[in-house]
Amino acid sequence: MRPLTEEETKTMFEKLSKYIGENIKLLVDRPDGTYCFRLHNDRVYYMSEKILKLATNISRDKLISVGTCFGKFTKTKKFRLHITALDFLAPYAKFKVWVKPGAEQSFLYGNHVLKSGLGRITENTMQYQGVVVYSMADVPLGFGVAAKTTQECRRVDPMSIVVFHQADVGEFIRSEDTLT
Amino acid sequence: MGRKLDPTNKVKRGPGKKARKQQGAETELAKFLTDETGPKRLSSRGRKRAAKRIQKSAEVTEKQPKKGFTDENSKWLKPAKRKRKVDEPENEDDSNEHWEEEDEEEEEEQELLQKKKDQGKKSGKLAEKEVEEEDEEEEEDDDDEEMLLPIERAAKKDKKLKEALDLESDEDDDEEEDDEEEQKSDAEMDEDDTIQTNTDEGERFRLPGAEESEMEGVTPLDLKSIHQRIKDNIDVLCNFSTKREPGKDRTEYISLLKKDLCTYYSYNSFLMEKFMDLFPLSELVDFLEANEIHRPVTIRTNTLKTRRRDLAQALINRGVNLDPLGKWSKVGLVIYDSSVPIGATPEYLAGQYMLQGASSFLPVMALSPQEGELVLDMSSAPGGKTTYIAQLMRNTGVIVANDANADRLKSVVGNIHRLGVTNTVVSNYDGRQFPKVMGGFDRVLLDAPCSGTGVIAKDPAVKTSKDEADIRRSAHLQKELILAAIDSVNAESSTGGYLVYCTCSITVEENECVVDYALKKRNVKLVPTGLDFGTEGFTRFRERKFHPSLKLSRRFYPHSHNMDGFFVAKLKKFSNVIPTAAAGKGNRKNKNRKSTEREQYSATPSQSYDF
Repeated sequence: MRPLTEEETKTMFEKLSKYIGENIKLLVDRPDGTYCFRLHNDRVYYMSEKILKLATNISRDKLISVGTCFGKFTKTKKFRLHITALDFLAPYAKFKVWVKPGAEQSFLYGNHVLKSGLGRITENTMQYQGVVVYSMADVPLGFGVAAKTTQECRRVDPMSIVVFHQADVGEFIRSEDTLT
Repeated sequence: MGRKLDPTNKVKRGPGKKARKQQGAETELAKFLTDETGPKRLSSRGRKRAAKRIQKSAEVTEKQPKKGFTDENSKWLKPAKRKRKVDEPENEDDSNEHWEEEDEEEEEEQELLQKKKDQGKKSGKLAEKEVEEEDEEEEEDDDDEEMLLPIERAAKKDKKLKEALDLESDEDDDEEEDDEEEQKSDAEMDEDDTIQTNTDEGERFRLPGAEESEMEGVTPLDLKSIHQRIKDNIDVLCNFSTKREPGKDRTEYISLLKKDLCTYYSYNSFLMEKFMDLFPLSELVDFLEANEIHRPVTIRTNTLKTRRRDLAQALINRGVNLDPLGKWSKVGLVIYDSSVPIGATPEYLAGQYMLQGASSFLPVMALSPQEGELVLDMSSAPGGKTTYIAQLMRNTGVIVANDANADRLKSVVGNIHRLGVTNTVVSNYDGRQFPKVMGGFDRVLLDAPCSGTGVIAKDPAVKTSKDEADIRRSAHLQKELILAAIDSVNAESSTGGYLVYCTCSITVEENECVVDYALKKRNVKLVPTGLDFGTEGFTRFRERKFHPSLKLSRRFYPHSHNMDGFFVAKLKKFSNVIPTAAAGKGNRKNKNRKSTEREQYSATPSQSYDF
């Protein structure tokens, strides 16, 4: 386990800010203690400093996971955000998309969101803006990238894609193995 | 042809066009619809034939002999019936006539009579017997009821026939029963026993002899009769003095019962032996039956993300039939049936609940971790208990979730992330090495790997695959693990110092023996688990005796508590000192040493220990 380098930190924060903007500060300085990011086996883990101290006792090859995994760095050093980060992104999300009950299942299977499944969308969403997807009961389902601006979404025909799927909670069952 | 031709009505004949022309509906239809209501008009020859027929039938009727008297008295005077006597040889022949029901044939019979007289007696024994009986009866009847119509007489004959046959068959049955009594299987006789009409006088449950046992080995016995035999065997064993067969030992009954149970429920005899030692006979069948069916599906609400009330509402809206688990749990729900797969609802994916067996709630409830503590879960896969600990601690403190199997750790990680647990470190050590890695935990939970005899309902392969060596191996591993777990606990912890040891097995070797071993080897004592239901653990079992505090541990069975078989014991460590091997021999020495150590190493906290 090692701390992130400057470059890695920059790449990751850039990705995060797409979804939560400047609220990244809130992730680090929390009222119940300081939290930090650490890298282990190409994965980024988010944990409080108390856990960090204890986790150093465990040898590298025996350590499987610490705190919450946010995502991983690919071989070409790009950062990929995992669904496991949803709990931290959802409260600070700047742009949200609500999905109708009928299209919920489809999104949970990994499909993109079509105009026909779109319930609500926050105003002034830019194109290719990172969004968090909710169900109509305000349960976070995953996140994605907006394919159209809010204005365009109103005009476009029902079969076109409005949100590109990036991660959804169905992955906990579908790809359990790749979480670690 | 000539006279019938009508010149006024010319009908076209021949192959020409005019012949084929239709002549109007009435004439055409007349060809098809013939009037059949009127009598058929016969030709001359037909009339002659009919006359001949009538003549013939008249002749036949004339031939029939006149019954009765031919003078004027025929209207009221009927001829008397012939009377027969028993002793005369002619009676046979006469009696043969009894069988013939029609009086009209009596004349023919007279001819037969003469023939038979010449032949002599020829009827079989039975016939004689019946006939004699019938003769006597008939004589009386004849005297009384001469005026019977022929059909009534025939009916009477039938009746007598039947009675005679019944008498015969009764005699035959009696003979058969005597012969077959020894060959009959016990099951049939047992049915008399269980029908409580003649429990003492009726036929008793008998053990099959050597020959029959051999036969059973060759021919497949049907399960129904085995089941019946099991029930009756148990019945006899329960009231042994009254229902036993004289000369037969109790062990014979028991060995037969064991063999039958193994066949019926498909267990190997080692396991069956163990169960017969553990349970009284009345509970044994209940236990075995409970192992055949699954326990109900239960879920645990994740209080980090939702409340039980809200979750229940959301699931009911999806079409799930559920109920709270019981008074003892505030987070459990039992699922009766569901139209959607319970492991794939959006609520499950959002981490609002976890599929977990009811018995797995118990060790965490016994552990009762407090907020801000340092907790170790030594065998955490698939992560149900770890996440329950985390939700009880409200994501504070630190949990170390360890498991020796790297593949199963993936499910631990998955569940931790899904349920929103943030205070956990997941590691892949062999539990026995743990004290060297890290120590000083406030609480430790050890759900030791076991033989799985309590969860046979989930995994029927256990029935046949476990034997003496498996149990011994498990017990050895568990003893090592429990010592390592004890060494990881910090006895001086301000809030804790507890270890909960649990298994999903019901054998004494893996449960009470292991805890007793720990009591002897380390400075720990048993404390109440905090679970108010469940059977108490054994303080002695067959030839072994355990520490009396073992009754604070709890056992759970599928047939009495409707959850998987489980064993939970809560231990408190009162000193961090590890006693040396020499001092660890014998209970008495241990007790003395414990008290001296308390005096010497007074590094104990200010809590008072109740002994």
